[in-house]
Amino acid sequence: MAKIKPSKGAPYARILGVGGYRPTRVVPNEVILETIDSSDEWIRSRSGIQTRHWANDEETVAAMSIEASGKAIADAGISAEQIGGVIVSTVSHFKQTPAVATEIADTLGTNKAAAFDISAGCAGFGYGLTLAKGMIVEGSAEYVLVIGVERLSDLTDLEDRATAFLFGDGAGAVVVGPAQEPAIGPTVWGSEGDKSETIKQTVPWTDYRSGEVAKFPAITQEGQAVFRWAVFEMAKVAKEALDAAGITADDLDVFIPHQANERIIDSMVKTLKLPESVTVARDVRTTGNTSAASIPLAMERLLATGEAKSGDTALVIGFGAGLVYAATVVTLP
Amino acid sequence: MAATQEEIVAGLAEIVNEIAGIPVEDVQLDKSFTDDLDVDSLSMVEVVVAAEERFDVKIPDEDVKNLKTVGDATDYILKHQG
Repeated sequence: MAKIKPSKGAPYARILGVGGYRPTRVVPNEVILETIDSSDEWIRSRSGIQTRHWANDEETVAAMSIEASGKAIADAGISAEQIGGVIVSTVSHFKQTPAVATEIADTLGTNKAAAFDISAGCAGFGYGLTLAKGMIVEGSAEYVLVIGVERLSDLTDLEDRATAFLFGDGAGAVVVGPAQEPAIGPTVWGSEGDKSETIKQTVPWTDYRSGEVAKFPAITQEGQAVFRWAVFEMAKVAKEALDAAGITADDLDVFIPHQANERIIDSMVKTLKLPESVTVARDVRTTGNTSAASIPLAMERLLATGEAKSGDTALVIGFGAGLVYAATVVTLP
Repeated sequence: MAATQEEIVAGLAEIVNEIAGIPVEDVQLDKSFTDDLDVDSLSMVEVVVAAEERFDVKIPDEDVKNLKTVGDATDYILKHQG
């Protein structure tokens, strides 16, 4: 039997740069109220959302990703040719094949980087980050771009008063690369397919094509069930991620949960008993829920505003349709 | 030992006070969580989870929507408590 040479990777991986893209059109609650019977006060009190961004025809999944990635690459101080992997997490790229990651890798000017899309809903960033870390430590890429991007406005039922105000569009990207010290902790992740009905696309595309249903598919959810799972089950997962990284809540500088709803964030902070010194991302107020894009977008904003700084220790946790989740402790770029 | 109706109402009053800031004396059997006590659907989930812990009872998501009043919740807990 021939002896196979082992692959050789970096000892550890870390996030080296982050970038975001928010569509130019800012949509206030007043616009949402044109199609649902609700109020600005109700939307704010149930979600914390004041405005969100909706993409125009030019702000495609690929275009937004390329903008965010360019910033992340510049922030990391590397060049696109050094990138060996491009992972895109999205549920709202409406061309199934080829993967949008290949177009992004090419347009950015990578040297034929491995490129693929993943589908892990609002946990997509954590799933991508975990894959990227594995690729770098295993040695199949030196630098990997992880992108979360959504045009959820395309999957929003504007007549559904429970969800019409929730979703937004945007892209967030990070460059992950080699490190001499651990800077991305063990990921606590998983799936609970028995709860797949709690957040889902209303009908398959094929039912729409065949005319079986007249209404374009949209994302729907069971609010109370999602809230309970997100707050109380995910608080346990967050705690496991802290334990896995060998730290406690007192060691944390920043908490960046998936920006689903500010009420979920508030309740998680309370359940986790986070010290007041921990900076909590609340990007949802002006960005809405952008699924896989929400964590890198929130990370970018915290660093840009100075609320968080490079080298801070952050707990990131994504959770959503599947149900799926992923939590890990990272050092901020 | 199982809690009495009186103990459950007192316990719910403390929970509602903690979560929604409603004075404990306002939490009475005939009060509606949403209409009288300012407990919206998301706060209701927090009330339910706190009640589960306090009274050693499981209240599944599908039953939460039937608990309209403090009396409904009290009856449910009386019947299902461990």
